[in-house]
Amino acid sequence: MTARERVAGTVANYVDERTGAAAWMKKNLNKVFPDHWSFLLGEIALYSFIILLLSGTFLTFWFDPSQREVIYDGDYQPLSGLKMSAAYASTLHISFEVRGGLLMRQIHHWAALLFMVAIVVHLLRVYFTGAFRKPREFNWIIGVGLLTLGIVEGFLGYSLPDDLLSGTGVRIAEAIIQALPVVGSYLAFFAFGGAFPGEAFIPRIYTVHVLLLPGIFLALITVHLMLVWYQKHTQYPGPGRTEKNVVGYPLFPVYMAKAGGFFFIVFGVIAFLSAVASINPIWLYGPYTPGQVSAGSQPDWYMGWLDGLVRMAPPLETHAFGHTISWNILIPGLILPGIMFTGLALYPFIEAWISGDKREHHILDRPRNVPNRTAIGAMALTFTIVALLNGGNDIIATTFSLTINQMMWFSRIGILVLPPIAFVITKRICLSLQRADRDLVLHGRETGTLVRMPSGEFVEIHEPISAEKAWTLTQHEQPVPLELPATDARGLKRPGAIKNKLRNRMSRAHAVAVPKVSAQDLKEIEHH
Amino acid sequence: MFALFAIGTTFSVASATTTPSQSAFARSAAIDEGREIFLKGCSSCHGLNLEGSAVAPSLLGVGAASVDFQVGTGRMPVADLSAQIVRKRPVYNPEEVAALAEYVASLAPGPAIPTDASLNYERDGSTAEGGELFRTNCAMCHNFAAQGGALTQGKYAPTLMGVDAKYIAEAMATGPQSMPVFSDKTLTPGEKLSIIKWVKAVEAEPALGGASLGRVGPVTEGLLIWTLGIGLLIGVAVWLAMKAR
Repeated sequence: MTARERVAGTVANYVDERTGAAAWMKKNLNKVFPDHWSFLLGEIALYSFIILLLSGTFLTFWFDPSQREVIYDGDYQPLSGLKMSAAYASTLHISFEVRGGLLMRQIHHWAALLFMVAIVVHLLRVYFTGAFRKPREFNWIIGVGLLTLGIVEGFLGYSLPDDLLSGTGVRIAEAIIQALPVVGSYLAFFAFGGAFPGEAFIPRIYTVHVLLLPGIFLALITVHLMLVWYQKHTQYPGPGRTEKNVVGYPLFPVYMAKAGGFFFIVFGVIAFLSAVASINPIWLYGPYTPGQVSAGSQPDWYMGWLDGLVRMAPPLETHAFGHTISWNILIPGLILPGIMFTGLALYPFIEAWISGDKREHHILDRPRNVPNRTAIGAMALTFTIVALLNGGNDIIATTFSLTINQMMWFSRIGILVLPPIAFVITKRICLSLQRADRDLVLHGRETGTLVRMPSGEFVEIHEPISAEKAWTLTQHEQPVPLELPATDARGLKRPGAIKNKLRNRMSRAHAVAVPKVSAQDLKEIEHH
Repeated sequence: MFALFAIGTTFSVASATTTPSQSAFARSAAIDEGREIFLKGCSSCHGLNLEGSAVAPSLLGVGAASVDFQVGTGRMPVADLSAQIVRKRPVYNPEEVAALAEYVASLAPGPAIPTDASLNYERDGSTAEGGELFRTNCAMCHNFAAQGGALTQGKYAPTLMGVDAKYIAEAMATGPQSMPVFSDKTLTPGEKLSIIKWVKAVEAEPALGGASLGRVGPVTEGLLIWTLGIGLLIGVAVWLAMKAR
């Protein structure tokens, strides 16, 4: 035993005698995780969050969350002598006078954008591979919660500097609150402590932004990861992988090294972007005053789809019993997002109800093997992308020499027409891919080698695929549609017959598939 | 200080006195030349007597400033009558533009071309005040950093980057196309000069936080994070998850 090993052993023993950590560590450091690039997307979100905590803490040292009016006398001459809020002045101070302040602000903002991107791509991976199925429904809901809170947290951060752009965003948020029938104007008054903009809003959202929401994030992320730990990670199908095992590498040392390294790479990419690309140049926006607005005012991308929905809403308003209901804000600002997020959160339960599948799943689906789910995902994604594009309709119009009216009509019609088209096309593509898989298993790989037969006929040589590949392509179960009877044994109508009929119908749609290759099929083809 | 003041005063007096005496003759020559150009190049739409037609407005009372802006920036003569008349390479040289302006101004009074002395934004005006006025009066169409923005039906407010101070002043005075007129009562000449000073300051301002991404707000930022940002990281993730060969 070398001297170094002796010292390490003494230290480890000292800690173990006091914490009993050795047994726990031995068990958990050997925990196996499957290896796939798409399993690292959630990690990008986690690391962005850590970077957000660190850079955000740095910013709080100088940021003054106050709407108290000050006269600017800092380094940035084009704003010199102007009246502005202390929040805006201190953000300018961070940008121009604090050493490394502008870089830190940019790191914080780029990390926030990346955090939301990573959450969305992680969500898409989980959705399209069916990783949300039993037993992971709770974790899916926590994930949807993190996405929603991320949007709110991002928006509050965007609002804090009190520049012209963020003030415009807050004004729209106020309008959305006011659009709530009956209680809206009261709620807006409570939120702003009086009329807009008032002096209360920035200090309030500051507390929420730096204390309440990060606390909830930490709690939810912890539970999210503990559930992954406890339920074990899902894995892609392949030979040797079953519902009862996990094939991969142990946490220590392989994943410790990979994850640790990946953290620094995420940090590196964010730092690189922050060093070379400007983000949110608040000094150009100027201080917020309600009388001013800039052309092309946009929210950050994760709110862009919401802005896009509001921008495409036709001017609908009704007046009843002394109340105005602004449907043009209420529907795109509150009702549609409400439906979208509720549907997202409930999707695992809806799918389980339709398929009648109540078993646990640890092997992921290949998206093509569940065409209905994949098509619903493509439909929702198309809807959101059309809305997002319309959120930047003015920038797109000027960049590509279109008119803003063309963009608006494209979005108004496209948001209704394109999602169903995306559904049908995606479902067809999935089924075609299933057919291609079937061909591959049955007839093997096309080698490109043509052979001329004695009779003069040309045929292409097909090479059988490996047993591993054939397993991967055929291991999945094909769903069987529910057949809930409409009448009971005595021929009487069962309660809920209409519901059952609907469920049967949806279940049939869910189970549409090209029959996969069976052992019987393979035997038959060998006889040829 | 006094000497400087004296020089300034004599210079302005001198230039004020020389202009009319030198011009009386030269001006009528310029008006004649302008008339020639107008009849050849402009009258088919604007009419032989500036009265306008179905496709073009009357030019009576638009003033020299309007002619200098429209012809000097190449917007006139117009190439196509789609959503908006666009800036292009000027067809006439500066002398011809000046002659045209003289001719149009000689028929009815209107805003004059601002003199160089009145456009000395490097000496006069206040950048900060200009910025405040710009955000109040101009940013809703021209964007917070004067990069331009979209209007309805394919019209747009053009970028002000690289636009001469003279043309900015003329645009404010004459209100070309969709732009409103900012008379001297709406914005005083001093305030207009401050706006120009601020636009020029923004134009000269280096990209402080790195590449500016066009100074159009969060759209380009979102585009960058969805392409380069997540693209790089997915690339790294694929590399990390590759099996050692």
